[in-house]
Amino acid sequence: MGWTRKILRVDLTNGTCKSEPLNMEWAQQYLGQRGLATKYFVSEVDPKVDPLSPANKLIMTTGPLTGTAASTGGRYSVVTKGALTGAIACSNSGGFFGAELKFAGWDMIIFEGKSPKPVYLSIENDKAELKDASHLWGKTTWQTEEIIKKTHQDPQIRVCSIGRAGENGVLYACIVNDLHRAAGRSGVGAVMGSKNLKAVAVRGTLGVSGIKDFKAFLAATAAGKKVLAENAVTGQGLPKYGTQVLMNVINEIGALPTRNHRDVQFEEASKISAEAMYEKRPTDGKTHLVTNAACFGCTIACGRISRIDETHFSVVNKPEYWGASGGLEYEAAWALGAANGVGDLEALQFANMICNEDGMDPISFGATVGAAMELYELGILKKEDIGMEAPFGSAKALCELAQMTAKGEGFGKELGLGSARLCAKHGRPELSMGVKQQEFPAYDSRGIQGMGLAYATSNRGACHLRGYTVASEVLGIPVKTDPLVTEGKAALVKAFQDATAVFDSSGLCIFTSFAWGLPDIQPQIAAACEGDWSLEKLNEVGERIWNLERQFNLAAGFTAKDDDLPPRLKTEPAKTGPAKGLVNGIDKMKPEYYQLRGWDADGRPTGDTLKRLGL
Amino acid sequence: MQKSLHIDANKCTGCLQCEMACSYENYGVFNPSRSRIKVFNFEHEGRKVPYTCTQCADAWCMNACPVDAIRIDAATGAKVVNEATCVGCKVCTIACPFGTINYVAETGKVQKCDLCGGEPACAAACPTGAITYVDADWTGFDKMRVWAAKTDTAPRAAA
Repeated sequence: MGWTRKILRVDLTNGTCKSEPLNMEWAQQYLGQRGLATKYFVSEVDPKVDPLSPANKLIMTTGPLTGTAASTGGRYSVVTKGALTGAIACSNSGGFFGAELKFAGWDMIIFEGKSPKPVYLSIENDKAELKDASHLWGKTTWQTEEIIKKTHQDPQIRVCSIGRAGENGVLYACIVNDLHRAAGRSGVGAVMGSKNLKAVAVRGTLGVSGIKDFKAFLAATAAGKKVLAENAVTGQGLPKYGTQVLMNVINEIGALPTRNHRDVQFEEASKISAEAMYEKRPTDGKTHLVTNAACFGCTIACGRISRIDETHFSVVNKPEYWGASGGLEYEAAWALGAANGVGDLEALQFANMICNEDGMDPISFGATVGAAMELYELGILKKEDIGMEAPFGSAKALCELAQMTAKGEGFGKELGLGSARLCAKHGRPELSMGVKQQEFPAYDSRGIQGMGLAYATSNRGACHLRGYTVASEVLGIPVKTDPLVTEGKAALVKAFQDATAVFDSSGLCIFTSFAWGLPDIQPQIAAACEGDWSLEKLNEVGERIWNLERQFNLAAGFTAKDDDLPPRLKTEPAKTGPAKGLVNGIDKMKPEYYQLRGWDADGRPTGDTLKRLGL
Repeated sequence: MQKSLHIDANKCTGCLQCEMACSYENYGVFNPSRSRIKVFNFEHEGRKVPYTCTQCADAWCMNACPVDAIRIDAATGAKVVNEATCVGCKVCTIACPFGTINYVAETGKVQKCDLCGGEPACAAACPTGAITYVDADWTGFDKMRVWAAKTDTAPRAAA
């Protein structure tokens, strides 16, 4: 069990909702969530499909442990062909929406086609129907959630929705649930917008009763919670400081990408760090941070709830932004801050709120602003192109551009296409800092070598959540490796990628992996799900999922050439810090990685590999 | 010694482990919509507050019940609904000033916190100590300790 064994198939073109049994044979091969939804996706969708066409599908999916008492068991994922990348996309979100979908009795929702007019999907247990959303179109994610709850007279409904960014074709639009959690990357919100699907509203009162062995499950999840509580990162660091605790750490080791990766250390890093969130502001005597917060079932509670300075230029006379709200997390603080050279914490919080409110990935948005600022400093983009002066470090430009991008106004339209398209249009494609048209997150691969390979080979484009070797190279989890060398990184990247695919398919949060390895989640999965869920099998499932995603991308037209880093990271050495003088050694790591994966020199899985994995 | 649930909202992260524990204890299923303790999220203030029955000494629900379906558990002091007697008239839900006794359409009866017979599952499940089960006469003990710690008893130099 673990699964509800039910899928909801929504035909947006014809306005129908149908229940289907879950393919249990596939569930045994792909576990759930990321793996299982990807299996459905690749079986039903032509890899060459235009991501924004009705022929693309979008799947919202839970894992077998979603909605259970397992710590962090509240995750859901969105699987589609990414609008930003054209590659397989799988964006994972916490909050409470995923668990609610499970409580309503659904493992998965498959959206297909395109609605002739804006609609939202309303689910109340087994009752599912599409409803008119013309009154919601043009509204923010925050307004959408509020209006839906009022309309249904039910404050306990959970909502995920797109904001104006998703409606306006921002290619890195995300899907926001519970106000400030998001299926963030690769433009899954743009795909949702292209289908005229504004929101999904769920109320589930059935709960999760399908646990194979409740007694064993409670024992296994209790043991897991104990490990999380006793671990320094998940038990103390993350609840107290959140992910932003990394700001000073990564800056010190010279791996904090700064000003579009021109530098690897940011002189104002401490001003946008987790520690700064605890400092009292001179203006109002309050700290930026209000409290930490947990997603469904999470005993770590890394989430940040903050309050902006009411006197800050970005929110003068805008009381709607004065309340406590989500942020800042490390990635957003970096992308909106160091990536642009902006050290104004309040400005970052404002831009972050705009990203939440209107549904944009702050990583890709912030990094695209960074690219635009570099083009501005090079004189390629002029003041009249952008509509303002936009040098590195301009907090005013950052805040203004966030609003323009969300609303699709002026230069914001160009920014909404992402850095790859922006830089290509202005004749400098090499200045886009990303892989497969998706912007890098907050780790410079000259100072953390393994991340270069993880980025280059990530199936959804540059991403830290597909193989987080930072854990090993910087934090020593599970063992410390030297971040400045390439030796051994191919095997490390592969191990992280495969294990991550299992976490992402279970319903659990990848942040547990600071403390948990597969041996910690195996007993939880085995107690919840029928079938053989040995450690060996989980390892195989992870590798199978990775290769399945790879096969889709190859069929979509990607080649080994796309598993690469921008020239800056391969030819311009880090200027300062411990990595001074180093470039990333991707060309040394990649052949070894292909070999370890059982792929040929062109990065294609060999017949033996596919056969071994049952693909 | 009688004990009572003690809630320190400042420690609550809003994870809902208490709601899952409560629904599992009473219905054998992970289902927050069946939980007798609820966590309220005051989003714009950044506050999360778990809330459930305080087991009033002179309980409105018990006094209002026309069929005597709510009795005191002598061991714990909890006001407990006897489902066999309850007729689902919902008068108790009107009488309770706090809203902590509610009707369950599926069973046709009302439900409220019964302290799990003296081992409340919510308190055991809470990862941060926001919900504890303590001496009913000393729910203020921890707060007193905090303030006591602030009392300056250092010896002073003679003026």
